[in-house]
Amino acid sequence: MRYLCLVYQEEKQLGSLSQRELDQLVEESLAVDEELKRSGHSLASDALQPVATATTVRVRNGKLSITDGPFAETKEQLGGFWLIEARDLNEAVQIAGRLPPAQHGSVEVRPVWDIRHQERRTDR
Amino acid sequence: MLATLIRLLGDFDRAEEALNDAFVAALERWPTEGVPAQPRQWLVSTGRFKMIDRMRRSARFDASLAEIAERLAPAGAPDPAAQDEEEGVADDRLRLVFTCCHPALPADGQLALTLREVCGLTTEEIARAFLTTAPTIAQRIVRAKAKIRDAKIPYEVPTHADLPARLDPVLHVVYLVFNEGYFASTGESLTRLDLADEAIRLGRLLHELLPEPEVEGLLALMLLHHSRRRARTTGDGEIVLLEQQDRALWSRTEIDEGARRVEEALASRRFGPFTLQAAIAAVHAEATTAAATDWRQIVGLYDVLLRAAPSPVVELNRAVAVAMSDGPEAGLRLIDALFARGELADYLHAHSARADLCRRLGRTAEARIAYERALALSKQAAERRFLEKRLRELGG
Repeated sequence: MRYLCLVYQEEKQLGSLSQRELDQLVEESLAVDEELKRSGHSLASDALQPVATATTVRVRNGKLSITDGPFAETKEQLGGFWLIEARDLNEAVQIAGRLPPAQHGSVEVRPVWDIRHQERRTDR
Repeated sequence: MLATLIRLLGDFDRAEEALNDAFVAALERWPTEGVPAQPRQWLVSTGRFKMIDRMRRSARFDASLAEIAERLAPAGAPDPAAQDEEEGVADDRLRLVFTCCHPALPADGQLALTLREVCGLTTEEIARAFLTTAPTIAQRIVRAKAKIRDAKIPYEVPTHADLPARLDPVLHVVYLVFNEGYFASTGESLTRLDLADEAIRLGRLLHELLPEPEVEGLLALMLLHHSRRRARTTGDGEIVLLEQQDRALWSRTEIDEGARRVEEALASRRFGPFTLQAAIAAVHAEATTAAATDWRQIVGLYDVLLRAAPSPVVELNRAVAVAMSDGPEAGLRLIDALFARGELADYLHAHSARADLCRRLGRTAEARIAYERALALSKQAAERRFLEKRLRELGG
């Protein structure tokens, strides 16, 4: 039986960690993920870049609407996920627009934070 | 040149630095070596090489720079700056405009970034024009650039299929710049930066690069509004309504160009809301006196506009036209229907329109209430003075 485990955190708090503390968090997460992948429990996992990098996609009456920022409708709740590969944001947005849930709800498109090879972006 | 360097170096800040370096090099070398046959190409090439060179030297301390430098200038590859000048430049500028106006960027960031990168205004100039501080503008620009980089917004012109959807934000940014310019030029700000001129310039550039009917429609709309700039305010900066304006002060060159462009845009049959708004402005411009205005035609155009871009504000503007064409009661009924639906409660022009119609009907008490509501919502000094004057005239 599969479950989706969603990570919620206060970005401000994460941003106030020292580099050493952040590195430690990354190390520990990677280590746990290794174990969980080996045991067949972790099917897919990724960290995300902060909300400043988010874009929300909606399709209404056949028209694609793209807005800056995470989805913010309090009437909407998380319903599913797609982890996609795309060349850049334009392609990612086009793909998101094809997902049927975009017709009635919102699809937030957020770049993945490749914690092994990439810096975590901070709000500058 | 900036647009080309952004494409070649893949980054706004690097491109700006590179351009600076190129100008410095030109100032050092051209006096003695002479101006090169193709100065723009020289500057772009020089800027690019200096930047890549700098990155290679810094790569000793930061390995990622070496990788990027290698990608930007693979060993043995020909100089990409030495390509077809004309087309390349036009394409790069178009890429730049579409990137700065990408809908995934926050709206205030799109505006600031476009004025900075496409129009070349300084942060201070932008801040003064929008009546805010340089650090506020700088922050919006930094955030916009960060999002472009972090979410990987590509530096490209949209495909033909995506163009209609992507053109919209660009046109809206240009129109926002134009409208902000109007307030700056009523004498409330301390400096004379004419954003309206900037917006028209941008509109012309856009039309040159992308001769779409809606682009022409927007340009026409701005020209027609701009033609009235000398009549919109008195010497003291007081507002003069359209029906009271001295039409001899309207600029005929802009009206003629605007009207011509509206005709062309309408003839394409592929026009949109901006073209329709321009058509309405053209009907006003054709009337030699306020009384001669063809309000029936204006109402008809609003009917089409409502189908193309339905919105409460368009309904309001149509209601005002209906009032002029069929009498104040007809217009008032439409405005009150909007309020009853819960629309425009905080839109000052809805209240001032209601006030005006009540005033014409002699319903003084209602007019007073509506003017006061409008006054409470107004943030603009000349506008407030106008509304206060109306209240005084009511005997209130």
